[in-house]
Amino acid sequence: MTDRVVVTGIGIISAIGKNTDESLQHFRSATSGIGAITQIDTIHKTNLPVAEVKYSNRELLNLLNIANKKCNYTRTSLLGMFAAKQALESAGIHSVKKKKTGLVSANSVGGMDKSEVFYATFLGHPKKGKISNIVGHDCGDSTEHIADYLGIKEQVTTLSTACSSSANAIMLGSRLIQHGLLDRVIVVGCDSLTKFTINGFNTLLIFDKEACRPFDATRNGLNLGEGAGYIVLESEKSAVESGKKIRGILSGFANANDAYHQTASSPDGNGAYLAMSQALSMSNLQPNQIDYINVHGTATQNNDLSEGIAMKRIFGETVPRFSSTKSFTGHTLGAAGGIEAVFSIMALEQQLIYPNLRFKTPIPELQLIPETKLIEGAGIKHILSNSFGFGGNNSTLIFSAA
Amino acid sequence: MVLAEIIQPSFLVQPNMKVYINGIGSVNAQQAGYTDNFLTEIQQTEQHSIRSIEPDYKAFINPTLIRRMGRIIKMGVASAKMCLNDAGVEQPDAILTGTGLGCIEDTEKFLGAIIQNNEQFLTPTSFIQSTHNTVGGQIALMLGCNNYNFTYVHRAFSFESCVQDAMMLLAEKAEQNVLLGGVDELTVNSLKLIERLGQLKNHPITSLNLLNYKTRGSIAGEGANFFVFSTKHTESSYAQLLGCKMLYKPENTEEITESLQQFLQQNKVQASDIDLVLYGYNGDVKYDRLYTEVKDKLLSKSSVAYFKHLCGEYHTSNSFAYLLAAHILKTKSVSPSILLDDKKRLVKTILIYNHYRGINHTFSLLKAC
Repeated sequence: MTDRVVVTGIGIISAIGKNTDESLQHFRSATSGIGAITQIDTIHKTNLPVAEVKYSNRELLNLLNIANKKCNYTRTSLLGMFAAKQALESAGIHSVKKKKTGLVSANSVGGMDKSEVFYATFLGHPKKGKISNIVGHDCGDSTEHIADYLGIKEQVTTLSTACSSSANAIMLGSRLIQHGLLDRVIVVGCDSLTKFTINGFNTLLIFDKEACRPFDATRNGLNLGEGAGYIVLESEKSAVESGKKIRGILSGFANANDAYHQTASSPDGNGAYLAMSQALSMSNLQPNQIDYINVHGTATQNNDLSEGIAMKRIFGETVPRFSSTKSFTGHTLGAAGGIEAVFSIMALEQQLIYPNLRFKTPIPELQLIPETKLIEGAGIKHILSNSFGFGGNNSTLIFSAA
Repeated sequence: MVLAEIIQPSFLVQPNMKVYINGIGSVNAQQAGYTDNFLTEIQQTEQHSIRSIEPDYKAFINPTLIRRMGRIIKMGVASAKMCLNDAGVEQPDAILTGTGLGCIEDTEKFLGAIIQNNEQFLTPTSFIQSTHNTVGGQIALMLGCNNYNFTYVHRAFSFESCVQDAMMLLAEKAEQNVLLGGVDELTVNSLKLIERLGQLKNHPITSLNLLNYKTRGSIAGEGANFFVFSTKHTESSYAQLLGCKMLYKPENTEEITESLQQFLQQNKVQASDIDLVLYGYNGDVKYDRLYTEVKDKLLSKSSVAYFKHLCGEYHTSNSFAYLLAAHILKTKSVSPSILLDDKKRLVKTILIYNHYRGINHTFSLLKAC
């Protein structure tokens, strides 16, 4: 048996707060972060609710103690830097030089928040447009800013597989440790709201004009969100050596492809089924040992039905307790797997199951009922977390109590 | 792929594990596809960009799909299919795609529509195709492949991250065929931006003289180069890959040479064993200096070769260097078009050293098999 990979630090910023305490308060008071658009200049301001991080870029720079207000970081970078630093501090890591420490980050649209400002001028006037607004367009830009902010050099890379990006970054991070390439790795993802994604998902007709209702019969689409979630993964040996508190164990993971359609999930949830069953097999757990599922649960017609069918294929009629925290944070795209990994670790530590807000009626074909009230003292040992993305990219992570 | 049984103790390459390149597929600027005649006829240009010669896609992609696909998707999917055909592999056990900028043509299309129509009357196709993992997703869709499918998007580490992942996958389970590739596209607008960022030469050029000008900037390129990696030596094996290493933001040349020495040691290769080094020289006098310094310090005995005058500079251009290295090792011949000296060593071991703007440095070692 190989050295296990454990979680020693977590960091988060989303529409429900800039740390774990604020996030917990929102869960306890059943207050979602979904509301009107305030940070983006779009014609959809009044008709499409989103889950925004409640700070402007300038305020984020202040929170990061960055004095140079002229630096032109993308919002994606700022969110990522903020949560990654928090994760590092929460792991009690003061120097990233002491052990082989890497960064694997994920996002879906990189620095699009600045690119769309640039293109607005550039398209009509190819010689115009502030050029510093385009240099952060690619997905690697935010990763390098985070790496430089934290002083990480050992391994720096970026994944982008749409809405499963972060879950895949966690898998890669874990494997880099298992292969002995790193002692510890700060993983996961950040994405900011953009006009690009707001309009993109709008053309797919999968936005709810109200706050979303995951797994409800009347669900009518998702709300976009933004944020960042980072965790510190370490080899158990490294964590024990340095006397770290082990916050959770990454006991299983898998990525599978639905190979059905570029954007839609298959009717039998095949990719989701494969991801969940392979992750279970890796963790050596039986389905009945899973105590809680943090579902992908975007609240689109297609996802929730397909995911629910896959869950029933795995768990039969005794599907574990489950909820979609996207009813609080919106769908944060490339950051979703990271944010939900942080929530999973918090759930293990606090023994909580989060409510799935706004659920009333089960989907007729499924008859699955998510948890609608916060459960304290939940008795959870193993959590399964799903993240599914465009390109049929389906990922499952299993976190276990230390 | 079931990961449960495959996580082995901690080392990347198992003792005795060998990784072979068993298939090649390519959409590049030198010929339509990749054949044994590669580089017998050299394409050159006086433009500041080199575009791919696109093959007849109908041979590789269902014609009804071709019309809807963006150019990068066609290049990537066709190159992947060619590669699988070449390796005689129907279904890969993993699909890994590296791309620095992803599907920029579709991204620009959708962004342009948002801006021009003030966020109204939009259609989803270009948005859907703008996602960075579209190429990997489309390959899976074409093959009906349910296996592991990752897309790496980190500048000049994008392709090398695929290589690293492929080697880990093969260490986890030997009996696999991993499909991996690097793909990037040029568009009219992206070329304008590269120019505005000062990354293109600002004077007339001929691509084959790229290194003679000693000025700033380079020429832009694009392409798709896919490979099948396996632990099995087959009739179609081109070369053995010993290892690949990424180095982020070294502070000085010493850090680069130290890292390279470590890498060679790990792979039990002496600098003097390296017959030929493929450098990422791109003609930008500011950054080419680093190659020369490393060459003079550590690699003075090896033949000196370069490749970016043939494919242009792009984030995943190193995948073209892998193609070139594999070709050299299999055909046992070196095109004079890539040589910068006349050492004329018999080439059995190749080091590829590439870096992007002094930030993302990568070393790769390939050996004849």
